[in-house]
Amino acid sequence: MSTVGRKEFVTTLGVGGAAALLAGCNTPQSGSSAGSSASIAGLGTDAHGIISARNLSPSDVTAALKTYVPSGKLDDYYMFASGGHSGQVLVIGVPSMRLLKTIPVFTPDPYDGWGYNVPSQEMLAGAGVNGKTITHGDTHHPALSETNGDYDGEFVFINDKVNARIAVISLKDFGCKQIVKNPFIISNHGTCVTPNTDYVIETSQYATPLGWGYAPLSEFKTAYRGAATYWKFDRKAGKIDPAKSFTIELPPYFQDLTDAGKLASDGWSFTNSFNSELATPLDYKGGPPLEVGASQNDMDFMHVINWRKAEALVKSGAAQRREGMAFIPLEQAASQGILFLLPEPKSPHGVDVSPDGRFMVVAGKLDPHVTIYSFARFQDAIAKGGLHKDRYGIPIVPFEKASIAQVKVGLGPLHTQFDDRGYAYTSLFLDSAIARWKMGDENGQGWTMVDTIPTQYNIGHLGAPHGDTTKPRGGYVMAFNKWSLDRFALVGPLYPRNFQLIDTTGDKMQMLYDMPIGQAEPHYSQVIEASLVKPWAVYPEVGFEAVAMAVDPKAPKTLLLADTGVHTTADGVEVRMAVVRSHFQPDVVKVAAGSNVTWRITNVERAKNAMHGFALPGYNISVSSEPGSEQVVRFVADKPGVYPFYCTDFCSALHLEIMGYFLVS
Amino acid sequence: MTMHRPSDRTLLFATAAFALLSLLIPWWFISMHAPQYPDGLRVSVSLFNVSGDTAEIDDLNHYIGFRPLDTIAATERKMAWLAIPAALLPLLGAFFARRKYAWLTVLPTAVIAPVFVVDLVTWMTYAGHHLDPHAALSNSISPWTPNFLGPGGVGQFRTFAMFDPGFLFAAAATICAIVIVARVVRGRWAHA
Repeated sequence: MSTVGRKEFVTTLGVGGAAALLAGCNTPQSGSSAGSSASIAGLGTDAHGIISARNLSPSDVTAALKTYVPSGKLDDYYMFASGGHSGQVLVIGVPSMRLLKTIPVFTPDPYDGWGYNVPSQEMLAGAGVNGKTITHGDTHHPALSETNGDYDGEFVFINDKVNARIAVISLKDFGCKQIVKNPFIISNHGTCVTPNTDYVIETSQYATPLGWGYAPLSEFKTAYRGAATYWKFDRKAGKIDPAKSFTIELPPYFQDLTDAGKLASDGWSFTNSFNSELATPLDYKGGPPLEVGASQNDMDFMHVINWRKAEALVKSGAAQRREGMAFIPLEQAASQGILFLLPEPKSPHGVDVSPDGRFMVVAGKLDPHVTIYSFARFQDAIAKGGLHKDRYGIPIVPFEKASIAQVKVGLGPLHTQFDDRGYAYTSLFLDSAIARWKMGDENGQGWTMVDTIPTQYNIGHLGAPHGDTTKPRGGYVMAFNKWSLDRFALVGPLYPRNFQLIDTTGDKMQMLYDMPIGQAEPHYSQVIEASLVKPWAVYPEVGFEAVAMAVDPKAPKTLLLADTGVHTTADGVEVRMAVVRSHFQPDVVKVAAGSNVTWRITNVERAKNAMHGFALPGYNISVSSEPGSEQVVRFVADKPGVYPFYCTDFCSALHLEIMGYFLVS
Repeated sequence: MTMHRPSDRTLLFATAAFALLSLLIPWWFISMHAPQYPDGLRVSVSLFNVSGDTAEIDDLNHYIGFRPLDTIAATERKMAWLAIPAALLPLLGAFFARRKYAWLTVLPTAVIAPVFVVDLVTWMTYAGHHLDPHAALSNSISPWTPNFLGPGGVGQFRTFAMFDPGFLFAAAATICAIVIVARVVRGRWAHA
């Protein structure tokens, strides 16, 4: 390296680098060729040396400064990201983009013990399909619980698209508490909450005969249906109450994403769809594939649902009861002013309600625009009446009566988020970019495109701090890219996905950070102020069972001999084991071959982070044991032998000594 | 007489008040810091109980064979429920006792604080030098005298021990009692 030449170059670029810092890091995207190094006023020679040695541009340096969270300091935001077909939920710190936790939901996880302990096994079995326990899921749209339309940090709901299930996660321990299986639909897509989390809304994706029946594809138009289920959430219990929930039957238009109305549009929900053609795969007559068949019409239908009116109808007793919940048939929803259709440009994707609730924004997907609808004008139109109806008798509000503006944002618009300065951000899948555009007024004035920033690559969803609430915080958008191509060291043909953090505070957006997601394909994420989430540091009492969210009366709670040991019960053998640094008690468990064994393990520690684990060879058992928590595993000791069990968490200097023998004679 | 009755009465009331106040709050604490305990661990000792991070400290102590905290001065703490009222009740007698016996009524209160210090130091020294030889880390930690006041250390822990306000109130009661005794001895004590 020519040190003299390098030093001169550094001096030349010095003013630009300093300006970038002082200007609040609004450096235009200059690409890697803009400056191989930079001198920044006030930085010591060490910093200059690093900048030179690493060939960093001023933009790189400001990006690093904006995202670096020093050791020992905490992130400003939690990002809850769907885990895609891993069936999990990821928790990521922002702006550091550090993975904080993987929350197992639909998929067993030996680290957590999910799917290995009895309560989670029972939950997964209870949320099975046609009697089968399903051990995977396709999580798409996390929905944080809301109060007055803003995240409150208490719960996260997550959908399983492939099996039409919804899970409840408590943010007290970041653990799954409930999974409900939709009794009517087989796949879902839209998931969101109403502004006070009265309901978790789940809408179908692919039409089927409701309730798992069979009908040939030739009867698609008559026998296949979609549905919107409004799952009643009991916040105090922390559980969905299926008996107080209701489902509205929908036509087989292939419903897609859903957003709940808020403020001006509170009490309504909006679901778009992409198959007004009523096409089916490969068509039963041997026609074109679905991608062609479902893309023929210029318009598809947004489904606009007055869920508050539906709720009133249910409470009045006028709804049917099916599958343990209230059910409103299509004809009833269409004729009672509950369900309307609103045309939207062909095969759109996201529908997102503006922070004030006055506008619905539909991203075109196959159309380069976002279309903005006025909720007030929509209401005027239905008040005037005289609406045409579709083949199923659902009133159609004419496009021109409710749409007020279109913004040409680019190719492949998918989803929209909002900030605190009146900007909206729309992901552009085909352009691999995010468009920023200015929101306007009720008369269609002021809706203008501002700028775009490239993302790498094939962006799907995008996220923003509180970006779909009544109070967006602004500052960032996150691009959730399907492809990473050249962004990370190659790890074989299965590439990581790429989460990108973008600064939106300046006149130009600035790319800050690439985060590889090395598992499955996340879709949507929600981003909440960290201070609003108040998790437990340890479980509140010893013997706490995390699924029940209560102390298990049967749990061992102390190291006392009277509280632990091996006992014969009517069901077989019960092992009551306490674990502490650094031993199990009891540490020798003898049973006769063939015994049904129920093994209760309580970590009786009260210190933060004092983890233990428990793994038993040969019986497929692995659980984690957080301070205070009780884990229960159950199995048949069917094969005689000597099985050393041990603590799987390096809990102390005497970790290797924390083991015992399971003797099956 | 240069000393006035109100002063004697005030002294007596002060002795009683300081002594009673001291019963409500901890007398002494020890805090411990190690890399994996950035918030530290702390144990407070009062006349009647040991409180704070006792479970965690006991868990750590078992590695070196240091006896559980609730076995230290357990008898003294149990007896305190009887002994402390027994020590304070005679204060009432000061109002009625003959002058030359008045000192006897305050003496029990005066000795509470010194007895506490002697007992605590004795126990800590005993416990630090009687580690369980079968403990896992008995080879790593030599018997030692835990610090009673100020900084100290054991293993990866830095410790700091100090009086809590309860002891300061008790010490104030002791000082008041000594003044009373001095007045009695010098014949300058009137009936309160």
